[in-house]
Amino acid sequence: MDENNQMSDKNKKDWVKPTITPLRSGLLNKFGKSQNVGWVEDIDGIPITGLIEKYKSPLFVVSEKRLRSNFQRINRAFTSRYPHVLFGWSYKTNYLGAVCNVLHQEGAWAEVVSEFEYHKARSLGVPGHCILFNGPFKNRTILEQAVKEDAHIHVDHLDELFALEEIAQAANKKVDITIRLNFDTGYTEPWSRFGFNVESGQAMDVAWRIHSSENLNLTGLHSHIGTFVLEPKAYSNQVRIMCGFMDEIERRTGSIIKYIDIGGGFASLNALQSIYLPPEQVVPSIEQYAEAVCDTLLELTHEREARGVQRPVLVLETGRAIVDDAEVLISSVFANKRLPDGRRAVVMDAGVNLLFTSFWYNHSATPTRFLSGKPEETVLYGPLCMNIDVMRNSVMLPPLDVGDALVFGSVGAYNNTQWMQFIEYRPNVVMVQKDKIVSVIRKAECLEDVTSLESMPETLKIPFPNGEPDNLLSKHT
Amino acid sequence: MVDSEQTGVTSSSIPSAESLRRLAISESGFVFDPTSGHHFTVNETGLVLLRHLQQNQDLSSILNAVTQEYNVSHRDLERDVLEFLSLLREFVGEQ
Ligand SMILES: Cc1ncc(COP(=O)(O)O)c(C=O)c1O
Repeated sequence: MDENNQMSDKNKKDWVKPTITPLRSGLLNKFGKSQNVGWVEDIDGIPITGLIEKYKSPLFVVSEKRLRSNFQRINRAFTSRYPHVLFGWSYKTNYLGAVCNVLHQEGAWAEVVSEFEYHKARSLGVPGHCILFNGPFKNRTILEQAVKEDAHIHVDHLDELFALEEIAQAANKKVDITIRLNFDTGYTEPWSRFGFNVESGQAMDVAWRIHSSENLNLTGLHSHIGTFVLEPKAYSNQVRIMCGFMDEIERRTGSIIKYIDIGGGFASLNALQSIYLPPEQVVPSIEQYAEAVCDTLLELTHEREARGVQRPVLVLETGRAIVDDAEVLISSVFANKRLPDGRRAVVMDAGVNLLFTSFWYNHSATPTRFLSGKPEETVLYGPLCMNIDVMRNSVMLPPLDVGDALVFGSVGAYNNTQWMQFIEYRPNVVMVQKDKIVSVIRKAECLEDVTSLESMPETLKIPFPNGEPDNLLSKHT
Repeated sequence: MVDSEQTGVTSSSIPSAESLRRLAISESGFVFDPTSGHHFTVNETGLVLLRHLQQNQDLSSILNAVTQEYNVSHRDLERDVLEFLSLLREFVGEQ
């Protein structure tokens, strides 16, 4: 038995870590409102202690219920305001198969940006015609497959356009394509490295070029104005510019645009490090985004019906706002430290290797039991021997014991895709499903998983071919 | 395994009994150090440790006394006390 777990004696008092708190009169709390440290004991009714016991710490936990209800709320926000709405699940945001299939079951198509993501969508059973294919780097082989399978290709540059034309010609097909646009909404930094520029006339030139092609048909417009966009008006402007461009193309070339894809970028309830106010105060509701998009779109497509042309389908590639708060990372305290400047520090068993987004978010870190003791400024470090491995630079927490778990909130977006096998193995990811069923959706890695792709040249098979080196240290006195 | 009685804690890491006895400590854990001018609060267990330290600078006997009174392993207590002492040194002035 662990020497720590001595039998507790009912006649003795409970021990709480001793603390010293300096009193600085008149000094404002620099962390904004004093944090009311609550705690969470379960995830969708499953006790966290049980999860750790069975699946070990650290552990990612996805709530299927939350994922579905997030999707349904966003879907409702748009479909109740505009008649034709389609979601493409942004694979790069989280491409764990179980996550993708929950969203496909809810009706989302796949939005992919690479050969790998295309293969992944197909392997999950998504047909080519339910794939939106974005990105600046689609190799020839995957482009050919996408054409063959009637995927919706969003062209990023002229070289891709010419390649597509050749492929369509060879297949003797007329292929419907979409072009990616970039422009200035006045709110976000224009992502001008992607697609064709509207203001300079480049996009119009491309539309003409496509119009003159025997094998290509321009039927869609796409743009993505940024990520974690906090201003709904940016989307009204985006829709206004895209509709203006749609009208111009249709008037001048006679093409008919079937869909307008506005990309992703709605903010999730997460705290950007650069923003002082809590996310509850700065992140617009999904309904505010939907209103900004749909009101403008309804207004600007209103005369189409008079022309006998349907309003375009509105395509959304919302990523983080759907998945971020449907997943948490449970991580446990491995050691306590005191830094030379007096701050308390904690070494956790998960770091930036798993929680890549802690580079730009202050993820909430919630205890899993009632912690007595005064909250104190604390640094949360990860397990890596790297100075950059900081989960939270400053968080107010009462004293924690070794083994205490913290729940890092809103980690569903861009972590299970951007995490890295660096120094540590990657842990289990589980999904809490209906009827309190817990399913492992990605197994913890083992040595085999990490080394199975390596191979050893014959001459390097043995580390010490001439026998073990002298044990210099044991002889040294 | 190190014998827990020989904790390796030397008394040099403890502020002197003299400077600790100078502290004005209220029952609620409010502490004022007339030498450094610092004031701070300690929680209940911090208060227990401070009171012990004012009387007695022998750490192993303090550890033993506290484990009689509280549910805590020797190892955890030792770590907490060491941490507490390093903070205490920041707040309590020697003269
Ligand atoms: C083309 C495209 N669509 C969708 C997304 C998803 O964005 P978000 O997760 O911010 O909603 C991105 C992210 O960068 C993107 O580049």
